Amino acid sequence: MKLIAAMSGGVDSAVAAARAVDAGHDVIGVHLALAANPQKYRSGARGCCTIEDSHDARRAADVIGIPFYIWDMAQEFHDGVVENFLSEYSAGRTPNPCLRCNEKIKFAAVLDRARAMGFDGVVTGHYANTRESESGKTLHRAVDHSKDQSYVLAVLTREQIAGAIFPLGDTEKVDIRKEAEARGLAVAQKPDSHDICFVPSGDNASWLHDRLGSEVGPIVDQEGKKIGEHKGAYTYTIGQRKGLGLTVPTADGSPRFVLKIEPVTNTVVVGSREELAISKIWGERAIWCGPEVTVEKKRGFVQIRAHGSALDCTYYFDGSNLIAELDEPLLGLATGQAMVIYDGDRVVGSATICQTE
Amino acid sequence: MNSVYLDHAATTPILADALSAFTAQASKLGNPSSLHTQGRAARKDLEDARESIAKAAGCLSSEIIFTASGTEANNIALKGLFWLGRKNGRNVVVISAIEHHAILDPAKWLLDHEGAEVIELPVTSSGVLDLDFLAELIAKRGDEIAVISVMHSNNETGVLQPIAEVVKLAGEIPVHSDAVQSFGKVALNYKELGLFAMTLSAHKIGGPLGIGVLILRRAVEIPALLHGGGQERDIRSGTFNAPAIVAFAAAVSAKSYDAENIAKLRDDFAQKVLAQIPDAFVNGAEAERLPGIVNITFPRTESDTLLLLLDSEKVSCSTGSACSAGVHRPSHVLMAMGHDDISAQSSLRFSFGPSNTAAEVDYVLSVLPGVIQRGRAAVAS
Repeated sequence: MKLIAAMSGGVDSAVAAARAVDAGHDVIGVHLALAANPQKYRSGARGCCTIEDSHDARRAADVIGIPFYIWDMAQEFHDGVVENFLSEYSAGRTPNPCLRCNEKIKFAAVLDRARAMGFDGVVTGHYANTRESESGKTLHRAVDHSKDQSYVLAVLTREQIAGAIFPLGDTEKVDIRKEAEARGLAVAQKPDSHDICFVPSGDNASWLHDRLGSEVGPIVDQEGKKIGEHKGAYTYTIGQRKGLGLTVPTADGSPRFVLKIEPVTNTVVVGSREELAISKIWGERAIWCGPEVTVEKKRGFVQIRAHGSALDCTYYFDGSNLIAELDEPLLGLATGQAMVIYDGDRVVGSATICQTE
Repeated sequence: MNSVYLDHAATTPILADALSAFTAQASKLGNPSSLHTQGRAARKDLEDARESIAKAAGCLSSEIIFTASGTEANNIALKGLFWLGRKNGRNVVVISAIEHHAILDPAKWLLDHEGAEVIELPVTSSGVLDLDFLAELIAKRGDEIAVISVMHSNNETGVLQPIAEVVKLAGEIPVHSDAVQSFGKVALNYKELGLFAMTLSAHKIGGPLGIGVLILRRAVEIPALLHGGGQERDIRSGTFNAPAIVAFAAAVSAKSYDAENIAKLRDDFAQKVLAQIPDAFVNGAEAERLPGIVNITFPRTESDTLLLLLDSEKVSCSTGSACSAGVHRPSHVLMAMGHDDISAQSSLRFSFGPSNTAAEVDYVLSVLPGVIQRGRAAVAS
């Protein structure tokens, strides 16, 4: 096949590209320039689109022996990912920009462009697997569960999964580094990137503060009684206990947690641990990575964070929302995050959490 | 078909004569600045080379300052002549809007760090300097201008610039011209043009990489950027790169550039491209241009996509414009000619050299329609 390998300048995408070449594909490396004004150097675990990273990607492509280009996707990234991140926060939700990037950039803008140019698919260094089945290609967890990235890929449609190649899904991360070393790739020991790539400081709250401003507002209890003040609602997360600065203690001295963020009234609602408990989750904008989910209830797992655990649940689709009923209640869950349903290690689909109970 | 190289304006293959001169000199012992036998021998070779380059460029051999690149020569000229002028209260740097980054960026540096005022001269839609604008500027503010720098021909479009007229209008104001693309390709004579300073580079004419020349009028003293052993009139210190210098001279003397045939090949190519892709057009078509360069806009494409697709068909060309972090920006040259930023990113520069053949042109023409079609699909996706 003729493939585009998305190369971030990290060790995973470099080995993924090399493996695709070994598998006999005709591969071209592409680095996505996602920042309009890229920083020169990476700092720690952030900034996966610095000029230094693009040099690392180019060097890896040269060592592997494939052509290399840089695609400017800064505008698409800004419009599709950064703007969405800001508007979701302003609406009191907690978005995951990595999912959004996979959905709108890597397996949309890049895959579409690649296909139009005559390529068959896109190779990335994500830790996930795909398998051929009767209903087409399906998405599965990686062998290395600690690195598994199927959660952030669960926004891909079957059509997108059909054009995605994940050569690292069968290997432990530690072995990928060894393999990179053996292949003579200088990025073999480069630190993993985490955090949000477009927040170079790593301080999401102050980054949001600079862009959205912040207005002091009330912290209220479940009855609506004001018991404190906050310095900008979006700096809080559901389930947060520390740093609330509350002046009125509870009658029994028990701790209070953030239950809800109401952006329209700029209010943070707090309550007891019991009130935080959630046993049912609704998700909108459902995407099926394999066969469609119906009203028929099925047993499976739901995951609500990138590296969270898989929780036993019963799931179904009521015609507009994907619904998961948890066996054991869960404490604290922000709307705007993705709920991903698994059938064993197969990704069933995902939806954006819009309601909890 | 092996790969087809149509990027001679970026760099062109080293000539056999230049390569053998380079290796012969590299195996000789001696620092040209040393006073002993070996030093004198190296100095003799170096000065022979200087004389033959001076002769070809129409300057005195004492007016030649060897540098490590055209970029370095441009920096010395623009900054040095600005500082010289500032001593006499002249604070304005005048450049054309279509200069190479090796002039644009030092001008910006002078603006940001030295308090210079920088004025960019506009060009017409054919990419030729607007002489009326310059005449008016000089009439109004001539006594404030420290230096005027206008390239002899543009690296992206190949359009030749009216340097003799610029010099005439400038009067006593020093004029520098970046002649990197023109040298060896079209008639070019420093003295006849009446220039104050001019930049040349070896690797554009079949010489080695890493050697450039600044021609600077005799007995003019300008501040140095590099300080050290005092070579080259104390303006450019550093041990002479004798192998590269003699190889540069060998490339100059080889006179291998058959301008007429190269222009014929280029024109034949352009004509057939326009027949294949009806909405494509040549930038600067109405202007007098270098023989080897043609810049074509392919509407509804993105040049970096076209480069990738052509590269995978074994055709090497370029956008001619600078990359920023590897990302192609809209060409400032095409923007100055009136393109918007979308069409300024839909253009390719094909630059021909002595090694190109009619069979190569035929091959490129056989793959180009498919490339443009896929490029358009990618933009539409």
